[in-house]
Amino acid sequence: MRFAEHEHHHQSATPMAQRVSALIARIEAVGMTSDAEISDVLERFLASASPANGAKLVARAWVEPAFKALLLEDASAALERLAIDMSHWAPVRLQAVENSALLHNVIVCTLCSCYPIALLGPPPTWYKSEAYRSRVVREPRAMLAEFGVTLGSGVEVRVWDSTAELRYIVVPERPVGTDGWTQERLASLITRDALIGVARPSLQVAGAGADP
Amino acid sequence: MSFEVGEAVRTSSANPAGHNRLPRYLRGKRGRVVALRGFFPLADLRAEGRGDVAEMLYTVAFDAAEIWDTSAEPHETIHADLWESYLALC
Repeated sequence: MRFAEHEHHHQSATPMAQRVSALIARIEAVGMTSDAEISDVLERFLASASPANGAKLVARAWVEPAFKALLLEDASAALERLAIDMSHWAPVRLQAVENSALLHNVIVCTLCSCYPIALLGPPPTWYKSEAYRSRVVREPRAMLAEFGVTLGSGVEVRVWDSTAELRYIVVPERPVGTDGWTQERLASLITRDALIGVARPSLQVAGAGADP
Repeated sequence: MSFEVGEAVRTSSANPAGHNRLPRYLRGKRGRVVALRGFFPLADLRAEGRGDVAEMLYTVAFDAAEIWDTSAEPHETIHADLWESYLALC
C-alpha cells in the first residue's frame, strides 16, 4: 500500500478535531465569533483555493522563460500577473523552487501543516500526518519512493521546511513529448502532489493531457 | 547581529517555554545562510499577543549529515526559514 493510502486509513475523528470543536464552542459562548462568521470566512477563502491555480502558474512558467524567471525571483509578482491572491489571515509570501535532472525539491511543514492553500487547495490528510512530517526530513528518498518517485543517487534532494510566513511551491520538470502544447493542456498534467514535490507530472496520469 | 548569504551559522539550543518556530530537530545545528527573505514579525511574540516586532528572516540550509549523522541519506539538504534571533555565527 502506498504511503498516502495508508495514512488515509488512520485519521478520522481525531483528538485534534475534538479539541477544535471545544475551542469553537467556548469562543462562541463568550460572543467572540459565531458559527456563521467562521463559515463565511472559510467559504470565502476556500472558494478560490484550488490546485488549478498552482497548475496554471507552473504551466505558464513552462512556456514563457521570462515568466519562469519572474516566478523564481519574485513569486508574489508572478501571482499578481495571474490575478491570484494568496493572502488570507496571515502575511504570507510565496517562494517557488525549481526541479531539474540533478535536483529534486519537496515541501513540508514539520511544525504543523503550512502550505500555499490558495494555489494547492486544502492540504491532504497525509501532508498533515506526523509520519510524513517526520520522515520526509529524515529519509526523503525512502519516503518519495513510497509515493512512486524514485531518485538516482546523483540527484540532490532539497527538503523545504516551511517554518515561517513563507510558503513554497515546487516547479516540476516539464515532461518530454509536450512540445507545442497549450498552457491549458500542460496544466492538466500538473497535480497538487507534483506541486508539493511527491509526484512528477507524467503523460501517464489518467485523463491528463487529452486533447480538449 | 545580521548575516549574509554564504555565512555559516549555528542555531540556538534554547528550549523556550512559549511559541517558537525553530523546530527541535534543528536546534544547536550548523547550517549556512542561502537567502535573506526580508523582515517578518517574529512569530514567538505575535503568538503570545506581545505585538509585531519585525526581524530579518533567513533561509538556512543544513546538510542532512549535520542533523542525522550516520543515519542521513546521501545528498540531502534541509532548508528552513529562521528568524535572526534563532541564529549566531559559528
